[in-house]
Amino acid sequence: MSDEQFEFDPARLIRTMAKNGHNLLIGTQYHAHGDGWCELALPYSEALVTDTASGILASGPIFTLMDMATNLSIWLKTGTFQPQATLDLRIDYLRPAKPGQTVIGHGECYHVTRSIAFIRGHAHDGDPDKPIAHVAGTYFFTASS
Amino acid sequence: MTTIFSPYAQSMGFTSERDGDGRLVISMPFGDGVRGRPGFVHGGALAGLLETVAYLTLADALGEDDKPLLKPVNMTATYMRGAVESTTQARATIERLGKRIANIEAVAWQEDPDEPVAIAQINVMLDRSGR
Repeated sequence: MSDEQFEFDPARLIRTMAKNGHNLLIGTQYHAHGDGWCELALPYSEALVTDTASGILASGPIFTLMDMATNLSIWLKTGTFQPQATLDLRIDYLRPAKPGQTVIGHGECYHVTRSIAFIRGHAHDGDPDKPIAHVAGTYFFTASS
Repeated sequence: MTTIFSPYAQSMGFTSERDGDGRLVISMPFGDGVRGRPGFVHGGALAGLLETVAYLTLADALGEDDKPLLKPVNMTATYMRGAVESTTQARATIERLGKRIANIEAVAWQEDPDEPVAIAQINVMLDRSGR
């Protein structure tokens, strides 16, 4: 893909990605995007809870949601479609998501170097001012020398 | 002690066994449900595996008579190699088991435990207030 023709459409990409693989299993959906940021949605599913009695969503799917949202934010920041791999990702769980609620994951890329992208993000279950989790991490561009 | 898997862990197809030292090892078979970019396991699935083995190893160490609420505080996953289309295994070491906090390190590998695909530092709060 040449850079000058680059027009990255996260909504279309997520629709494609959600048709199979791990994104299909957890049910990732597109929510919104802008310059250097992307939001994805994780609808509640009983198949993804940590225990049946509480109905609380497991943290694994939230980690995947944040990985995906921050990943996409890098392409929205750079305007290029460079292959990249997660170097590390830290998640802080502020509180559990309310059972039944869709979780929204907001990822943003706030800095890039030739080799590394720096990202952060947060997740909420309805009210953006009351986050359930925060993330911070780095990705490296696998094609960079 | 029988391993009780969460609905999430069952959705992921996790299975449990003991290694030669009696340590808990959780396996994640490769399948479409854990696939990320073509040819590789999704980093989020690896994180889910690391977290699952950490919590099960912690529950195992606490034993049948001590069942505090385990509340996730945070987790840092570091990715070291691409995990390819085969089974991934993971085990965890509890670095410190305190009254209120447990610090756990989990490691995931495919062929060789000395060549991890990912590791994680996981901090858990042990809440006994309601028990």
